[in-house]
Amino acid sequence: MHELPVTESILEIALRHAGEARTKRITDLYLVIGQLSSIVDDSIQFYWDIIARDTIAEGARLHFERILARMKCQECNLEYQPQDSEFACPECGSYSIQIVAGNEFYMDSIGVE
Amino acid sequence: MTQRVQVVENILSANDRVALENRQTLDAAGVYALNFMASPGAGKTSLIEQTLRRIFGEIRIAVVDGDIATSIDANRAAAAGALAVQINTGGECHLDAVMLKNALAQIDLGGVDLLIVENVGNLICPASFQLGTHQSVLIASVPEGDDKAYKYPGMYQGVDALVINKIDLLPYVTFDMGYFRRGVEILNPGLVTFPLSCKTGEGIERWIAWLRKQVGSRKKA
Repeated sequence: MHELPVTESILEIALRHAGEARTKRITDLYLVIGQLSSIVDDSIQFYWDIIARDTIAEGARLHFERILARMKCQECNLEYQPQDSEFACPECGSYSIQIVAGNEFYMDSIGVE
Repeated sequence: MTQRVQVVENILSANDRVALENRQTLDAAGVYALNFMASPGAGKTSLIEQTLRRIFGEIRIAVVDGDIATSIDANRAAAAGALAVQINTGGECHLDAVMLKNALAQIDLGGVDLLIVENVGNLICPASFQLGTHQSVLIASVPEGDDKAYKYPGMYQGVDALVINKIDLLPYVTFDMGYFRRGVEILNPGLVTFPLSCKTGEGIERWIAWLRKQVGSRKKA
């Protein structure tokens, strides 16, 4: 049950930035979530509707930008999307790999008016 | 008229800030702290018991135990000689920095060299909630299967040491050590790894030697 603290944290960040920008209303939140840090799913919207009630963010929509995992082989330089059950390079079999994308877990921006 | 305001901030930034405060508290008291994470039943508490048995009287240990509702684990740690503090998360699947902060306030940190925080048994959420400990240890176990790194990449990426517990069961269960360690190596290159058995004691001395070194390098002035 981590949705509640995650949602509270999202609200705190959004309200703080909206306050700094001196806006009256938050209409949208843009979140970037990588496949490898997958603790957030769309059920957050449900918690959000409750948590954001009676704040300037009430009714705001959450937008999730999902980033697929991407890895780069350090041997043959192939960049690829790993399979669920095998991360090694599909070309040369190496497991000397750099994770290029998939660890994102941040709020990119908010829509205000 | 809708406008965009740039934020670019980690979603759990408030937790991260409290974690930083915890780190400062620990550093000021000269305490080295470890966050133990694992699935339920991997052997977190058993490893704490085995560790205490070997370094009791030499290194002063406190244990903070996170559990949904019971104090079974804290009781086991206390029975093994540690100063134990229980945190009941009341349904939360992980410890967070505020919970640890409250627990630290209950401990005389001046009398502690090593603090072990036993997180709630879970391979997902604890990885995202920083606590402020110096390092994290993941305790995997053979019967869980060899695919855990692939299924819980966030957890395997964020740790500083990996214990593979219950190696005495290797002859009885399907566990491809090569496949397992390949997944780990990709997510966390060069991760220090301790295959061991809390039941037979095999491999534990190497773990204890590592722990001694970590604590020793942060000895109180």
